[in-house]
Amino acid sequence: MATSGNKNINAKLVLLGDVGAGKSSLVLRFVKDQFVEFQESTIGAAFFSQTLAVNDATVKFEIWDTAGQERYHSLAPMYYRGAAAAIIVFDITNQASFERAKKWVQELQAQGNPNMVMALAGNKADLLDARKVSAEEAEIYAQENSLFFMETSAKTATNVKDIFYEIAKRLPRVQPAENPTGMVLPNGPGATAVSSSCCA
Amino acid sequence: MDEEYDVIVLGTGLKECILSGLLSVDGLKVLHMDRNDYYGGESTSLNLTQLWKRFRGSDTPQENLGASREYNVDMIPKFIMANGLLVQTLIHTDVTKYLNFKAVDGSFVYKKGKIYKVPATDVEALKSPLMGLFEKRRARKFFIYVQDYDEKDPKSHEGLDLSKVTAREIISKYGLEDDTIDFIGHALALHNDDDYLDQPAIDFVKRIKLYAESLARFQGGSPYIYPLYGLGELPQAFARLSAVYGGTYMLNKPECKVEFDSSGKAIGVTSAGETAKCKKVVCDPSYLSDKVKKVGKVTRAVCIMSHPIPDTNDAHSVQIILPQKQLGRKSDMYLFCCSYAHNVAPKGKYIAFVSAAAETDNPEEELKPGIELLGPVDEIFYHSYDTYVPTNNQEEDNCFISATYDATTHFESTVMDVLEMYTKITGKTLDLSVDLSAASAAAEN
Repeated sequence: MATSGNKNINAKLVLLGDVGAGKSSLVLRFVKDQFVEFQESTIGAAFFSQTLAVNDATVKFEIWDTAGQERYHSLAPMYYRGAAAAIIVFDITNQASFERAKKWVQELQAQGNPNMVMALAGNKADLLDARKVSAEEAEIYAQENSLFFMETSAKTATNVKDIFYEIAKRLPRVQPAENPTGMVLPNGPGATAVSSSCCA
Repeated sequence: MDEEYDVIVLGTGLKECILSGLLSVDGLKVLHMDRNDYYGGESTSLNLTQLWKRFRGSDTPQENLGASREYNVDMIPKFIMANGLLVQTLIHTDVTKYLNFKAVDGSFVYKKGKIYKVPATDVEALKSPLMGLFEKRRARKFFIYVQDYDEKDPKSHEGLDLSKVTAREIISKYGLEDDTIDFIGHALALHNDDDYLDQPAIDFVKRIKLYAESLARFQGGSPYIYPLYGLGELPQAFARLSAVYGGTYMLNKPECKVEFDSSGKAIGVTSAGETAKCKKVVCDPSYLSDKVKKVGKVTRAVCIMSHPIPDTNDAHSVQIILPQKQLGRKSDMYLFCCSYAHNVAPKGKYIAFVSAAAETDNPEEELKPGIELLGPVDEIFYHSYDTYVPTNNQEEDNCFISATYDATTHFESTVMDVLEMYTKITGKTLDLSVDLSAASAAAEN
């Protein structure tokens, strides 16, 4: 996918939102869509990586799902650590989930990095008859808090790819230096390289 | 909460989190609780506000130290042997993908009031003033023997049965001087005291091999690696593994009282009036204080500084071993320093620790020789804790209690305890060695 001259950007993306808002299904829809051939193997269903090409760059998302740790307010600080983007998900048929989404935005503003790209996803947009949160209300909230807002449906795929594309477009093109990547352990020279260097 | 679990784990220290992760991966239904509102228990890393709350009884640190959230001050400072058991466990569980590591710049040893770099290359070894020229030749022969030693290949044993011969005997065979023995035993084999000299040499030899293999692994200036953002990331990462495999997490649960049936077997845990049932309880010593006994005490100074430790080539991360004999003690003291280079402090700040198994009741006086090596400090906190080991029989009460983190400088004994507990809980042995090569093969693809 990456053409030479294009920038490669690695971006950690975290999902937040109420239990049942549809975080995991959004990710599954996104990664099982037309990019399925690039999907890397995962343990459980809580860590995906997916590559997207936007105009001037190739963005590799490392997508973190909450793995259920939000249920009893037990998400670890490491979840937010170094995240370049976040999708805060609520269910448009559930007013309480929208109120919870606002709490997650506050939490991110307190814990996350200040340049984080934040998207607000009003999920289950296919269930129009059961709508409890108006698009206007969510849009106003998003603008006031420097988020961008989209209504999505993991079921029909509406706007799912679009929200990830929009994030990819908005990511800063220069990776912040404050978040250096360390070594990858399994790539070490391995256990067989024995050195006799001590005082030899 | 009113469900039945296979295992309830109490406390989110590193040991409990590794076990929770391994057990969830095995398909057991795990509930993991902690009385604190943060992960890590005793092995957490604190920000500045938390540090002040714990040691100064206030939550307003001075502003000139920088932002509280940029600090991750380890409560159990240790480095990770690059080829040791913790790395094998991280690879086995694939938890490495949640973490970033960096090599530790240097490893030093204290001798007659000065500190010297533990040689990391042949050139450094030749130049090192730690030994005279003839002693270097004798030591070289010993290291070649250690390097070639292969437990499975009797030809490499040179007629010595290391499960019977003591470390003292093998050292005397090579005619090494006392200072050299001190250096090898404490700065390379990382023994905390001299008890090893009269024990079978096999452990001593394996520890030196581990040091050399770890040193070779990332071609750094030390055999150690350390995670960005501090050791508090480790329990969080293993907790995430557990959650991904279905483990349920509840922090900030007061009390966490283990319930027993009439025969003394653990059957559940009660918190805030709700009881969750379980078949087994896994916990740190603080949750079952009547089933543990005190075995020692660790004493520590935690320092915030604006400069690296003097005479360490301005290392941003470093370990210095002060062997017991050099200080007239019964066990070693060690210094541990990390900095903004590992994202544990704001730019320009260093966190240094001086640790030892307590031999007196006066930590300030006892740790003085180590603290004097640091130069001026911005802030210093003293901190002592008792160490406990379990006294119960898990077959009678279904309780599996970890031992308190000891004063060693790295995680080998920590993971040994975890692996032994895993075997007691499941009846299975965790084979880490196979997975290490599998992980390397996967990385090549």
